[in-house]
Amino acid sequence: MRNRVRIMIPLLAAGLLAAACTSGGQTPAGQASPAGSAPAANPANPNSLPRNETLYTSGTQWGPPANFNPLREWDYATGTEGLVYESLFHFDPNTSKLVPWLAESGSWTDDKTYEIKLRQGVTWSDGKPFTAKDVVFTLELGKMETVPYHNIWEWIEKAEAVDDQTVKVTFSKSNYQEWDFQLYGRAIVPQHVWEGRSEQEVLDGKNENPIGTGAYKYMSHDQDRTVWQRRDDWWGKTALKMEPKPRYIVDIVNSSNEVAMGLLLQKGMDLSNNFLPGAANLVKGNFGISTYYPEAPYMLSANTAFLVLNTTKKPMDDPAFRKALASSIDTKKIVEGVYGNLVKPASPTGLLPQWEQFVDQSVVSEKGFSFDIAKAKKMLADAGYRDRDGDGLVENKDGSKISLNLIVPSGWTDWMESIRVIAASAKEAGINVTTDFPDFNALVDKRSKGDFDMLINNERQLSNTPWTYYDYMFQLPIQKTQNTVNFGRYENKKVWELVQQLDQVKTDDVEGMKKVMSEIQEIHLDELPIIPLWYNGLWSQVSSAAWKNWPSSAEGTPKTAPTMWRNWLELGGFETLTQLQPAAS
Amino acid sequence: MRRYFGRKLLVYGLTFFVAVTINWMIPRFMPGDPVSSMVARTGASNPAAAETMRVYYTNLFGFDQPLWKQYVNFWGALFQGDFGISIWVFPTPVTEVILGAVPYTLGLMIPSVLLSWVVGNWFGAYAARRKVLDNTLLPVGYVLTAMPYMWLAVLLAWGLGVVAGWFPVAGGYSFSMQPSWSWEFILDLLHHWVLPFASLFLVALGGWAIGMRNMIIYELESDYSNYLAALGAPQRLIRRYAFRNAVLPQITGLALQLGVLVAGALVTEIVFSYPGLGSLILKAIQNQDFFLLQGTFLFIVLGVLIANFIIDIVYVVVDPRTRAGMAGAAA
Repeated sequence: MRNRVRIMIPLLAAGLLAAACTSGGQTPAGQASPAGSAPAANPANPNSLPRNETLYTSGTQWGPPANFNPLREWDYATGTEGLVYESLFHFDPNTSKLVPWLAESGSWTDDKTYEIKLRQGVTWSDGKPFTAKDVVFTLELGKMETVPYHNIWEWIEKAEAVDDQTVKVTFSKSNYQEWDFQLYGRAIVPQHVWEGRSEQEVLDGKNENPIGTGAYKYMSHDQDRTVWQRRDDWWGKTALKMEPKPRYIVDIVNSSNEVAMGLLLQKGMDLSNNFLPGAANLVKGNFGISTYYPEAPYMLSANTAFLVLNTTKKPMDDPAFRKALASSIDTKKIVEGVYGNLVKPASPTGLLPQWEQFVDQSVVSEKGFSFDIAKAKKMLADAGYRDRDGDGLVENKDGSKISLNLIVPSGWTDWMESIRVIAASAKEAGINVTTDFPDFNALVDKRSKGDFDMLINNERQLSNTPWTYYDYMFQLPIQKTQNTVNFGRYENKKVWELVQQLDQVKTDDVEGMKKVMSEIQEIHLDELPIIPLWYNGLWSQVSSAAWKNWPSSAEGTPKTAPTMWRNWLELGGFETLTQLQPAAS
Repeated sequence: MRRYFGRKLLVYGLTFFVAVTINWMIPRFMPGDPVSSMVARTGASNPAAAETMRVYYTNLFGFDQPLWKQYVNFWGALFQGDFGISIWVFPTPVTEVILGAVPYTLGLMIPSVLLSWVVGNWFGAYAARRKVLDNTLLPVGYVLTAMPYMWLAVLLAWGLGVVAGWFPVAGGYSFSMQPSWSWEFILDLLHHWVLPFASLFLVALGGWAIGMRNMIIYELESDYSNYLAALGAPQRLIRRYAFRNAVLPQITGLALQLGVLVAGALVTEIVFSYPGLGSLILKAIQNQDFFLLQGTFLFIVLGVLIANFIIDIVYVVVDPRTRAGMAGAAA
């Protein structure tokens, strides 16, 4: 017995060691296997991408690339729409014009008919020609109820392919503004691949090995990246005389802003679309990192952060109270103190700087609000909100206490700081605002059910038309759950009619748009159900280590949007790629 | 022997059942509704479409069924190896997501746990006999073991990664590489592995070294050692006996350490954005991905249980008293 034990100890030790060694040795093998199939599928691909031909981007993808389905606009792998799938038009925010893309031209032949002429010689990446049938097929996919653009069939009557190069769309109601939005926002999918897919496949399908008309094709992906390879037979080279310069694009999945910062500093990333809190220091500190503007606000504006008020609750159902609250918010302190001037204070209308021409200045100067504690106090007193118990805070008209809870998602540090500023200045005016930081999902849950007092939201991006903003503010009817629009459940039939009216103004009729929008702005500022705070930036930090000629405010540089964000590639993001130059040349 | 293992297996079975049940319960009682946040993320501007989607996903994930039925279905699916579909990486099956991450975590954990244990024990035993070592290197061990994993990880990432630029700061392998069976790729893999491994290894190492050093000193001063010395036994022999006795608590410690190390690997993976299970857990919690969370926890529970079981067997082999106890019980 004792002898056996004596033998067993070294045996065991050897076993343990062997276990340690083999597990160590097997590690690379095990790690290589999950993605090991990728190179097998493309044996010609190099193992290592040459740095001077590869663009590294980040800031769009927050989870592993799970699908390449352009209909899943909210979680497809970065670049699925824009790099692989293309839209009929692009939109240039600088000139506010649609730019023909897959379409050669498009025009209203009468009030209810839109005719699209497609380009000749466009091919899908599997070699098949792109025709009018694909466009019709894509639009008709929307007839499925769960497809995100299902609602277009409420106002489109039919879409038909007149010949291979012509699509005729007939409308029951001409929503000109919304239609332009669809023209550049909708990715066209190939009929010969998608035909016969069930509704479930269309909505939930991963769509591996995507076949598109775009300048890039799928190369490989892993849980922390997506790799795109340029298509050298892309139609745009001859038709548009453009070519995106990077042969490969590697989009890196975000894990945290710290990691993004580390990669930027190590020159391992060229374009970071993350919000980096100290971006100003990065730009000033000679790290080879730059932003669109060399000084404040550093970034272009991308969307507006709004203070959403739940208008079904007391006292926020009272416009006078809402306006007093708006006057009590010290936006300047947020812009300077919290953001270090990375953002700009918003116009009282909330319209982005790109839409400035539509702001009716006379309405704003008459009815607009600005930070003024004394005025806020006076407005409260005039409306009957008085401090009855002497604690420095006003009570409801019926004498009950006011306590409003302002929420933003936990971990969104800039917003968390911002609402502390809001709460402090509101308290100064006599309004008791408390802050809370629930988990993001819990917040979404409360938001959609209307179970909140106040929150901050910025989910509407820049688009071709301010109509998208007004749709977001005033959409009716109120549903049981409000998932994406009108979180404050503000009901005003008159303004909603005006918004629908705006939709039916032709997009080149600027004066007509201004006229309707002036009325909407008047109601918005009179009622103020949603308070514009500041313009969030199009976060974009670029490194010139491998690629130069990035868009900037400097003379002689491109003025397009330096971003890979979803739906932004059609707003100039793709054009940015075509302007890049290798740093070495 | 059979009874001993029978009892052990029963205990492990019970633990497994309870752990899995809790595992199933926790995400379901967290605030918030994963389906509504999923639908909110879709940004479907049309309220009717959003409602259709909501109903569709609620059915798909089985949230429309009563709780007890969800629980029964869960066990049923579990035995078929089906953990459901991930909400976060929709529509990838959870099994696939986990299998993609497991090699990275095991590749970090197994070498760091075992190597730090072997090296720590060896070093501790050695230091117990060398005054100089005891006075210089052991304080370092104290500092190391008192250090939080993430702090050391951040220090390493900043110092050796960003400032010195010797090691990459993120990812499982270079963003310019394509996985393949080339030396270039394997070297790249190791290059990314070094820092996360080092942070886990160093923190664990200090603890083992201190424990072993204390145990050896205790054993060397116990009666049997003194008796052996009085009998004139060679110092080597005494030390060998002392080592064998001292290593027993360390083995128990190893089993206990496994559970803690999973937590350590979690923060390490997040700091280095290393694509292992730890990063998955964090993301699953942040996105209320019930299924992914269940899957990863289940995997960890299984891992810890299996590791403990192996340690039980090892104990029988290395500690004669366990065997004697079993023989006695059997008789």
